[in-house]
Amino acid sequence: MTEPLIELRDIEKHFGAVIALAGVSLSVYPGECHCLLGDNGAGKSTFIKTMAGVHKPTKGQIFMGGQEVFFNSARDAIEAGIATVYQDLAMIPLMSVTRNFWMGREPKRRVGLINVMDFDKANGVTMEEMKKMGINLREPDQAVGTLSGGERQTVAIARAVYFGAKVLILDEPTSALGVRQTSNVLATIDKVRKKGIGVVFISHNVRHAMAVGDRFTVLNRGQTLGTAKRGEIEPEALQEMMAGGQELAELEGSLGGTV
Amino acid sequence: MSEATTNTADKDERIKEISRFRKAMIRPELGSICGVILVFVFFLLVARDSGMFSAEGVMNWGLVSAQFAIIAVGACLLMIAGEFDLSVGSMIGFSGIIIALMSVTYGFPMWIAILTAFAVALFVGYINGYLVIKTGLPSFIVTLAFLYILRGLTIFAAIATTNKTIIGGVRDAAEGDWLASLFGGKIFYGFFVWLADIGVIGKFVAGNRAGEPVIDGIPMLIVWAIALIIFAHILLTRTQFGNWIYASGGNAQAASYSGVPVNRVKILMFMFTAFCATVFATCQVMEFGSAAADRGLLKEFEAIISVVIGGALLTGGYGSVIGAALGALIFGVVQQGLFFANVESSLFRVFLGAILLLAVILNTYIRRIITGER
Repeated sequence: MTEPLIELRDIEKHFGAVIALAGVSLSVYPGECHCLLGDNGAGKSTFIKTMAGVHKPTKGQIFMGGQEVFFNSARDAIEAGIATVYQDLAMIPLMSVTRNFWMGREPKRRVGLINVMDFDKANGVTMEEMKKMGINLREPDQAVGTLSGGERQTVAIARAVYFGAKVLILDEPTSALGVRQTSNVLATIDKVRKKGIGVVFISHNVRHAMAVGDRFTVLNRGQTLGTAKRGEIEPEALQEMMAGGQELAELEGSLGGTV
Repeated sequence: MSEATTNTADKDERIKEISRFRKAMIRPELGSICGVILVFVFFLLVARDSGMFSAEGVMNWGLVSAQFAIIAVGACLLMIAGEFDLSVGSMIGFSGIIIALMSVTYGFPMWIAILTAFAVALFVGYINGYLVIKTGLPSFIVTLAFLYILRGLTIFAAIATTNKTIIGGVRDAAEGDWLASLFGGKIFYGFFVWLADIGVIGKFVAGNRAGEPVIDGIPMLIVWAIALIIFAHILLTRTQFGNWIYASGGNAQAASYSGVPVNRVKILMFMFTAFCATVFATCQVMEFGSAAADRGLLKEFEAIISVVIGGALLTGGYGSVIGAALGALIFGVVQQGLFFANVESSLFRVFLGAILLLAVILNTYIRRIITGER
């Protein structure tokens, strides 16, 4: 393979006396979907927030294109091409799709002495980008609140892609969605991957991960349990690693293998 | 727009066309537009012959509405940004006393007094915002503290220096001052003389002003109100900063993840609210020629009510400056109209409470429509 877009080595993050991450490594190559799996409290959120510049790592290094980088804020990471779509914080429901799409990067046009938002451009681009992702908006100024959960995720993903993300981090994009919406979001992930963007897909649903993942990294109690390529590992093995073994195996037995 | 998308081949069959009526329903200003129509129809029926709709009458409620509008504009942007300021009323008293103390008691030129009042107000606004951001406390509590702190300081400063709570003589001190005329003067005198000459408005027939038009210009208070409304409306709806205001109030965390400087936006809005309060205070001091320590009492609530009537959500992220201005107009027309209609003025408060309740219920309903909640 080519060079990784981003590589994180032995990331540690301590919050006071709590060690949230105890040495996690992960790399993302162009055009791959790297699934980050782990149970609640495994450190998934802390890890992606470190990648997204929200947290500074206590120890460890981050490399982009072979160069070590330091993110002081989410803004730094965004400028470096790392976009994050958070589960329930992707969009602001009361604002229009256009206003959400351009939030923080509003296009400007000069009218007389003042800079105003270029709504013609903003609306046009929003409609077009949403169409590419397979969503036909009634109108660009409809509130995001009127969209379904899957569509909201898609708006957020479309936004990240439009603004030139190289690495797209998706924080549990499917966890609150129905079957149909989930498959829409997974299809969107596939489209994004084909553009050469590296996708980091966080989930605790092995089925969703298996559907689109190229590589799988499992976190447990702040540590990497290893990375496996597609085809090298069975869903059952992933599930077991996530849960840390035993208990779930017993439970699975009693539930007839449906977990 | 909706017609255009309908004709494209790949239209989504699950998207229902929404009627124009429903689209109009979800404008934030809807409630206040209906309110304005209702109020005017009511007073045209009840008080048409009382002089309420003569030139002087219009100027009378226009002035009161403009007062409400000035503070409502500040409160509106702040509320859309997701915060409240309960210290607006105290800020009005505080700024007024600063101007009177500096100019009358200590003899500074009026423009220095006014600029000092603005500087102090902006600083207090900054402190309000800074404390809300840094402590993470609700702005309700932080600004409630400043409601008392500022009011107490105002009374103390007036008593300690002059032994009175009302400081007069401001008009003399303001005589010929360039900055004071921006707040106390009137414009378009010539236009009103001309209107009087052609008989559109009346002239005084007796007294020492005989021959002058009954309206001798547009007071600067109204000019400020209109200027602030236009400024805030354009800022909110047409600029990048406006988008940041909506975003900060809609969901501060989502906004900051997208790179919106939420803290800066909120602090600036607290400062803008304090600025508006000081514009109000300065105009009032110039008009009355005095400052009093109890000025601006309850103004914070009147501002908030105007904003809510204007369709803004108390939870932030949604609202309209035009709506807030119409809310202020409803306020002014009703307060003065009851007087013209010879209705007991205490009923004004009954009206306030009732219309506030109605507005909030309507807003909650509209919010459900736009966010698709059931």
